[in-house]
Amino acid sequence: MPLLEIDNLSVTFQTAGGLFTAVDRISLHIEPSEIVSIVGESGSGKSVAVLALMGLLPWTATVTADVLRFDGQDLTTITKPELRKIIGCQMAMIFQEPMTSLNPCFTVGFQLTETLKIHLGMNRAEQKRRAIELLELVGIPEPEKRLSAFPHQLSGGMNQRVMIAIAISCNPRLLIADEPTTALDVTIQAQILDLLLKLQKEKGMSLVLITHDMGVVAETAERVFVQYAGQQVEQQPVKGLFARPHHPYTQALLNSLPERSNSRILPSIAGIVPGQFDKPQGCLFSPRCHYATDLCREKPPTAGPVEFGNALCHYPLADGVPTNYPQEVRA
Amino acid sequence: MFVYFLRKLIVILPTFFGVTLVAFVFIRTLPGDPVMLMAGERGMSPERHAELMAEMGFDKPIIVQYGLYLKQLAGGDFGTSIITKQPVLKEFATLFPATIELSICAMIIAIFFGLPAGMIAATRRGSVFDHTVMTSALTGYSMPIFWWGLLLIIFFSGILGWTPVSGRVSLLYYFETVTGFMLIDSFLSGQEGAFISAMSHLILPSIVLGTIPLAVIARQTRSAMLEVLSEDYVRTARAKGLGPMRVIGVHALRNAMIPVITVIGLQVGVLFAGAILTETIFSWPGIGKWMVDSIFRRDYPAVQGGLLLIAAIVMIVNLVVDLLYGLINPQIRHTD
Ligand SMILES: Nc1ncnc2c1ncn2[C@@H]1O[C@H](COP(=O)(O)OP(=O)(O)OP(=O)(O)O)[C@@H](O)[C@H]1O
Ligand SMILES: [Mg+2]
Repeated sequence: MPLLEIDNLSVTFQTAGGLFTAVDRISLHIEPSEIVSIVGESGSGKSVAVLALMGLLPWTATVTADVLRFDGQDLTTITKPELRKIIGCQMAMIFQEPMTSLNPCFTVGFQLTETLKIHLGMNRAEQKRRAIELLELVGIPEPEKRLSAFPHQLSGGMNQRVMIAIAISCNPRLLIADEPTTALDVTIQAQILDLLLKLQKEKGMSLVLITHDMGVVAETAERVFVQYAGQQVEQQPVKGLFARPHHPYTQALLNSLPERSNSRILPSIAGIVPGQFDKPQGCLFSPRCHYATDLCREKPPTAGPVEFGNALCHYPLADGVPTNYPQEVRA
Repeated sequence: MFVYFLRKLIVILPTFFGVTLVAFVFIRTLPGDPVMLMAGERGMSPERHAELMAEMGFDKPIIVQYGLYLKQLAGGDFGTSIITKQPVLKEFATLFPATIELSICAMIIAIFFGLPAGMIAATRRGSVFDHTVMTSALTGYSMPIFWWGLLLIIFFSGILGWTPVSGRVSLLYYFETVTGFMLIDSFLSGQEGAFISAMSHLILPSIVLGTIPLAVIARQTRSAMLEVLSEDYVRTARAKGLGPMRVIGVHALRNAMIPVITVIGLQVGVLFAGAILTETIFSWPGIGKWMVDSIFRRDYPAVQGGLLLIAAIVMIVNLVVDLLYGLINPQIRHTD
């Protein structure tokens, strides 16, 4: 049984300019102890999707889903107090900005022991012992001293370690890391990533790693979900994805990797992710896709078969070439 | 933290000096002759007038008068009232508890209603509650104190007859002054009904005096809360599975309190200013009313001393608030 099942999750925001669909029918199935990655450029709705799962979106958001199940529990019908027993305990999350994600007014110890008290009902002595153990686990030197430190006294990398310690404090079954290293120095990035993978292995938890770094994906994930403008455009095991991308967007993302580029100039994807007011009529990627035809510009594609990584494309790629591509255009 | 404290303390000294100058000049710019007012003698001869002026030291050049005044202050002497012949400090000390009692009650009302109102308004932004709170706050803030006081007196004392119109306690009761705080003294006296009577005298003036601080605190709490609620750490708190009471009441409130504490501190000055009007309307025998009376009597030493003491108290309270601010904001505490 999958640990997490999401089918057709959509999130719509009420904004001053009308309704905006930030996440459009995405599906995720995650097995216990599996590492999956969600990739996509900024603004493609990765954060919104997982925040919706955790119930952390503001009231302006409307979340709908055919299936939203965690560990057999239906999250669509669950009450808020019941959901609060799951999040922070069974299902935990760390965020992109370690410096602002911790409360500046409370000590590391206070913020770390909070979940231990609330979810596990530990007494003070147990909380302290466990907090020190957790800080040791995430590689913070002098853990006992750090308990009384405030977040502004620690570096970004240290704060992210504290965030990780908080997230794993109740031995979650699923850890969601939303761009955990984006805000950090390159050397620290690798350390934090290694730490996450080490903890994942030790604890046997499932890990959802959100990133826009294809290099990170290659090193860590077992399966990859590619997201673009709120839609899931492809999903594949990591090997297949890197060897045979089926969606032109995935191909473009891979081509922008330095080690894959054979020219000296790094090919980046021209254009930006469409936002609320510039959504194209047909395929959302069509304005930036160099395979786009009139059909692409007029009619939204439907998800392809599993062999094609469920690619959301009229002409999914096979071995780097679009299939069923009209003859006239190819010239 | 210690350096932080010292720095705040150093700022206070020149401010205090400035206040002495302002107080000294202010009362002398008012038209009217202290000697004439004090003596109450009709057709006073110029010789007698000059004699009295010299007696009180008003014949010397103003700059010399100021110098003498400062010297006297440095010795801890705030002067002697020309009317009552009592030391200003002593008069002040006798009347001060009444003002403090009124101010504390006003502040309790302001914080007790203002904080939760602002918090709830922020968490239900745009709701009917939010709009009601914000409109009432604006109304309360712009309501002139004397008008608002009269309105309450007419309604609660006049029409409903629930509360007395003036004074601190009914004349039916008499008890020794122990603390100067009527609520405590009446309670200690053990006389039946005395405490209730003191309470009923206190309630209307406290509401009147507390209205502006209440409005300011509610608005400040709301805006600080709105800002804090969109912070990442509030999201983190919710991601931990904490309930709304803990997220808002602990994680968000602690941060929102930082600007609110500052505003509460600033309200102390507003309270003393408001006390002058409120005490006059309700014949409340505190320093506000005493100051007004002293000004009308051109009691130079009393006005000067009173202004100075009030200023000193406001500054001390603000210093305490600054310290409190440092205590709840660890980023300040650790900078020095
Ligand atoms: N509260 C909100 N109200 C309205 N729109 C929102 C809200 N939160 C996010 N959005 C919009 O949803 C879209 C997706 O945002 P999201 O933060 O999920 O992107 P992302 O893929 O996580 O990007 P990044 O890599 O920058 O984190 C964006 O266009 C964003 O403007
Ligand atoms: Mg994001």
